[in-house]
Amino acid sequence: MTQITVTVDGASYVDNVEPRMLLVHYLREVVGKTGTPIGCDTSNCGACTVLMDGVSVKSCSVLAVQADGSDITTIEGLANGEWHPLQRAFHEEHALQCGYCTPGMIIAAADLLRDNPHPTEQEIRDGLEGNLCRCTGYENIVRAVKRAAEAGVKP
Amino acid sequence: MTAPTVAHPAELGRARLRKEDARLVTGQTNWTDNIVLPGMLHMAFLRSPHAHAKITRVDVGPARNQPGVIAAFSGADFGDGQGSLPCAWPVTPDIVIPAHPPMATDEVRYVGEAVAVVVARNRYEAADALEAIEVDYEPLPPVLDIRTALDEDSPKVHEAGNKSFVWPFGNGDIEAAFSGAPVVLERTYRQQRLIPCAMEPRAVVAASTGDEVTVWSATQIPHVLRVMLALVTGIPEQDIRVIAPDVGGGFGSKLQVTAEEVLAVLITRKLGRPVKWTESRSEGNMTVHHGRDQWQRIRIAADSDGRIRGLDVDLLADMGAYLMLVTPGVPLLGAFMFNAIYKMDAYAFKCTGVFTTKMPTDAYRGAGRPEATFAIERTMDELANELGLDPLELRERNWIKHEEFPYTTIAGLTYDSGNYEAATAKAKELFRYDELRQEQAERNARNDPVRLGIGISTFTEMCGLAPSRVLGSLSYGAGGWESASIRMLPTGKVEVVTGSSAHGQGHETAWSQIVADQLGVPFEDIRVLHGDTQVAPKGMDTYGSRSLAVGGMALVGACDKVIEKAKVIAAGMIEAAADDLEWTPGRFSVRGDPEKSVTIGEIALAAFAAHNLPDGVEPSLDSDHTYDPENFSFPHGTHLCATEVDTETGMVTIRSYVAVDDVGKVVNPLIVEGQVHGGIAQGIAQALYEEAVYDDAGNLVTSTLADYLVPSAADLPSYVTSRTESPSGNRLGVKGVGEAGTIASTPAVVNAIVDALRPLGVPDVTMPCTPERVWRAIQTAQAADGQQSGGVA
Repeated sequence: MTQITVTVDGASYVDNVEPRMLLVHYLREVVGKTGTPIGCDTSNCGACTVLMDGVSVKSCSVLAVQADGSDITTIEGLANGEWHPLQRAFHEEHALQCGYCTPGMIIAAADLLRDNPHPTEQEIRDGLEGNLCRCTGYENIVRAVKRAAEAGVKP
Repeated sequence: MTAPTVAHPAELGRARLRKEDARLVTGQTNWTDNIVLPGMLHMAFLRSPHAHAKITRVDVGPARNQPGVIAAFSGADFGDGQGSLPCAWPVTPDIVIPAHPPMATDEVRYVGEAVAVVVARNRYEAADALEAIEVDYEPLPPVLDIRTALDEDSPKVHEAGNKSFVWPFGNGDIEAAFSGAPVVLERTYRQQRLIPCAMEPRAVVAASTGDEVTVWSATQIPHVLRVMLALVTGIPEQDIRVIAPDVGGGFGSKLQVTAEEVLAVLITRKLGRPVKWTESRSEGNMTVHHGRDQWQRIRIAADSDGRIRGLDVDLLADMGAYLMLVTPGVPLLGAFMFNAIYKMDAYAFKCTGVFTTKMPTDAYRGAGRPEATFAIERTMDELANELGLDPLELRERNWIKHEEFPYTTIAGLTYDSGNYEAATAKAKELFRYDELRQEQAERNARNDPVRLGIGISTFTEMCGLAPSRVLGSLSYGAGGWESASIRMLPTGKVEVVTGSSAHGQGHETAWSQIVADQLGVPFEDIRVLHGDTQVAPKGMDTYGSRSLAVGGMALVGACDKVIEKAKVIAAGMIEAAADDLEWTPGRFSVRGDPEKSVTIGEIALAAFAAHNLPDGVEPSLDSDHTYDPENFSFPHGTHLCATEVDTETGMVTIRSYVAVDDVGKVVNPLIVEGQVHGGIAQGIAQALYEEAVYDDAGNLVTSTLADYLVPSAADLPSYVTSRTESPSGNRLGVKGVGEAGTIASTPAVVNAIVDALRPLGVPDVTMPCTPERVWRAIQTAQAADGQQSGGVA
């Protein structure tokens, strides 16, 4: 067991974890942040995407011990009193159906807009290539990211 | 008296933002894998590495000594008590339905079949302990190709042989239609095997308390699952509660009664502690039922003007190793759809269900209809080419004209409404069809290395599964009705209970809209409950684009009954004769004296208090209704696709995609558009990207999302969508939209690719049309062309 100190959505945690424990399992099963789901085991789907020190990572591809000292933001910590502009835009553009990919998609989009606040449609599509959705055909996800960008998302 | 539907509905057709979203965009969801119960244990399965083998020994003993392990079981430990996974659709009297124990005992028949299970304190310990289990196999030859599986010398999947059933169907004199026909074409198409890949992997939690068992499952069918768990395990039905919490997509893949669900129930009963299992994606790709997998031979006979005389379809359908819930019925749904929107004199259909040593197939978005639509729409393009006709012109010569509805097709279905002319005209305009044909001709004339192709799909489908009598005539094991309850709360708010369990479709929003219109209560005052057999005790669940056309109509029926009951109480409250009252949504008032009125909320409170009800009146407005549809519904549409095909690399790029869908009346256009988008994406995925591949030994090569290409945003185009509206025959005028896009888009894309390459002599490209396959098809055509003209290939 290894002791780690991690800040998750603004609260600080000190835990002993197995060195092999994945960050996503730590978040879900130790911290109780079940808003971040798991969709695959090869880091292809992006459902588990979170921000680690402000940068998006697939939390199935990070060990909990690697997150020692980090500041993690999950979908549950994105709203700041009111919904994040991307959460609002996903709702308003009907950019989700079953919603399983949505946490990862929104977090990935937040990172995309941090890099490129005014992306073209193609840049949005390329920027979200690592996040799979089986319901929406991506049309409304692209629209939502565009809408949030136009609203001027601040990371 | 039946209350009239609302004359000027406020909600029907309104693009309401979804009620579901609030929990989904904030991560407050309740997926099955989120559930944690006191004392809960985790299960991990050891699975067969062989496609086909005798099990000669299983020793789970060493696993029992591993850290954290509470129990380990092999198939033999469950014995006869584990029953056989059900097939609810014995399509012929002589169908072969092999025993299908949830855990294999003496023989495995596909890679991934469960042979042992470990139950441990956490998922890591459970997975670790699997390695300690010892299994000896005696490999048997795999059976992988349905085209040779029926040969006499083929190895057998089951002792009874590799044929499950032959199902013939038809109408009219097929021989007369073909004999002497000026044009007869025959084509063979491959429907590749697909993996549904709902984003949420399967998960199940089971907990027993005394005699009762509660099962949480990522399922589309909590009600069907409850009945089937009772039948398979022998646990009395009243002791089983099934809950489908938030479910992350299904696409048919969660329309199943799975081995893991049954075993979770048996294990929680054995151990007296809650158990949980969540599959990994690699496990899921191997062991969630697959879709499609057919060889289709299709013959068409036509007059020289293109009029269809007859259609003859011969299907080989891969069942996989066992028959699961509706495995044999899936290809047969296609039997009613090969004739599509076209008139003809005769039709013959035959489907042979064949066993292989692969994961069983079952329903996948469209279930039989995409396969049929692909074959007929490809064939219509082939026939148009043969006759030198524009493929849209050929279709128009054969389709049912709008003034001919209702029309009984050669397959015996009565299409109640439709307007193929209108949908096609709109699609052509949005697509700029004539301009693109012009551009195509110019680029072909100058031998452009990047060819433009135009693909057409004028499709229909059958939704609203289903009239129970029809299901009975097809030997299905259940009815096709749906159930709804309306509960009027004392504060005037409304609880709506639906038997149609949603998993992304937006029922909570759309159902609220329907009830708001019917009862005249605010959209916000309604809560929709579903997915728990204790809360919503009756239902047939969600699949086959049935929820709105069947479940939506059940809501209307339940609202009618609420209004009937309210009327009697209202009469007492206003002190008027019931016959003098008139209903406008939300209130009863005295005809001619609108000042004398009571609202539905006031009536609900009066019923709750029950102080002054007329004699003999039940103190409740709550009402149930079960609706059995009289007919299917028949969405249709015209989808047009333009592809750019690079003849030097084989790369296909979709340049534009136009979808005009006629799904009848629309409750929520946002939801409808979203369903169309997602459906198109899944159909394009079949056309261009996805295929479940087994190697020669029967190993699934595409077992991860790194190998099985579910397209991303970067792989898909933007879609132009529009609608026409031919109301269906039900009171809401609705049809269903869940599968339309998937059914329509696959042939539109492949027709576009073949259209681009036909000038180069390419007659067909097998799906998925990967760059390599397209490039090879071009090379093969050019080699053949070179030989024909005496040149060097």
